[in-house]
Amino acid sequence: MKQLKVDAIRNGTVIDHIRAGNGLPVANLLNLAGSDILMIGVNFPSNKYVRKDLIKIENRRFSASEVNIITLITPTATLITIEDYEVVEKIALKLPKRIEKLILCPNQNCITSRENIDSKFNVVEDNPVKVRCGYCEKKYSIEEVTINLV
Amino acid sequence: MKDLISMRELSKKDILALVDISGKIEAGEISPDLNRKVAALIFLEPSTRTHFSFDTAMKRLGGQTISMIGTETTSLKKGESFSDTLKTISMYADIIVIRSPIEGAARYASECVNIPVINAGDGTNQHPTQSLLDLYSIVKTQGTLENLTLGIVGDLKHGRTVHSLVQALSHFSPTLYFFSPSFLKMPDDLLDDLAAKGIRFEVRKEIDETIYDLDLLYVTRIQKERFSDLEDYERVKGSYRITRAMLAGVKTHFKIFHPLPRVDEISPEVDDTSCAYYFQQAKNGVYMRQAIISTLLECLP
Repeated sequence: MKQLKVDAIRNGTVIDHIRAGNGLPVANLLNLAGSDILMIGVNFPSNKYVRKDLIKIENRRFSASEVNIITLITPTATLITIEDYEVVEKIALKLPKRIEKLILCPNQNCITSRENIDSKFNVVEDNPVKVRCGYCEKKYSIEEVTINLV
Repeated sequence: MKDLISMRELSKKDILALVDISGKIEAGEISPDLNRKVAALIFLEPSTRTHFSFDTAMKRLGGQTISMIGTETTSLKKGESFSDTLKTISMYADIIVIRSPIEGAARYASECVNIPVINAGDGTNQHPTQSLLDLYSIVKTQGTLENLTLGIVGDLKHGRTVHSLVQALSHFSPTLYFFSPSFLKMPDDLLDDLAAKGIRFEVRKEIDETIYDLDLLYVTRIQKERFSDLEDYERVKGSYRITRAMLAGVKTHFKIFHPLPRVDEISPEVDDTSCAYYFQQAKNGVYMRQAIISTLLECLP
């Protein structure tokens, strides 16, 4: 059977099982372009999800905040660490209960829009992901909020 | 319980304990001693009842109050940060009661200071002490909080009072009817929460004959200050007005609640019927706020 092929990376990270359509947003939010070799695959066939996106990036590890961003956008993703062409770690992402600093509350009447304070959101639904502001208590889908990697 | 910020954080047990303490204070069975305690009442938005009610609650138990009304005469006007203002006030007082037009202000206040903070209303978000006094009033008029049929009418979109109340009631298996024009309906995320908890509710535009099924009708004001377009306000003002004629045939224990102030929503001719409960409801606010303050200051006998 013929297979779609994406070149292997030597050292770096693969984000697999990205919900189809979210590969490019993830790459943009994490500012992946320009750092090193980057491959973004879109709409690959997937046994689990019919279609999936895929990112491979050379010489890059992700911080806890960056992992949280990936999880919020695509909770189905798997993070694979590659060293010398070998898979050394594979982590199925899990939605955190609480997200601090990363999300900007869109409510202009929220105290976080008026004072210089870090935001905090609770993840209240997982499919699709919805978050509730810890201050104004309004609930939002991920599409409604701005994600801001500081 | 260190602070009282949102009904979301109160358990059924917490609510019932506060209702119980309110009843004991009203009956004179207990009298918490707040002598030498000072409450700072920070009201950055207009209020008559809530401010007076907290003031009375504190003073009747031997405590004292200091007040900050609006921002005109304060250091906030001089450019002091909100956080610095709060920290300074916390050096003078034992407890802070705060009302603000900004959502989340009370939560932020509780993070800035080391003394208890009570949310007396934050924008369109929460008004937990009003909800608790409403629950106390429900117990007094209905004998229970469980399995009641309630109607809530008015501006359900902007009314923080009803948002808090609905969350509080969700512990007690109510059947709820929401009456409002469609553009002032209860926010979807609150309705989603009710659905997730299995609470029975219906969204309707007219009260009509549903009033005969109700144990209680909670009437709220159409809030002019929440409208950006005054034409919209004029269009709906006066709809949902409760008149004496509507009350023929209601249940014998049926009561009308209103957090006050009222404008046109309840005709004054309703005031001397057995259904009218809004002024007693306001009085109950003093007992509930005494219960809340005494609990947070750990001054219960």
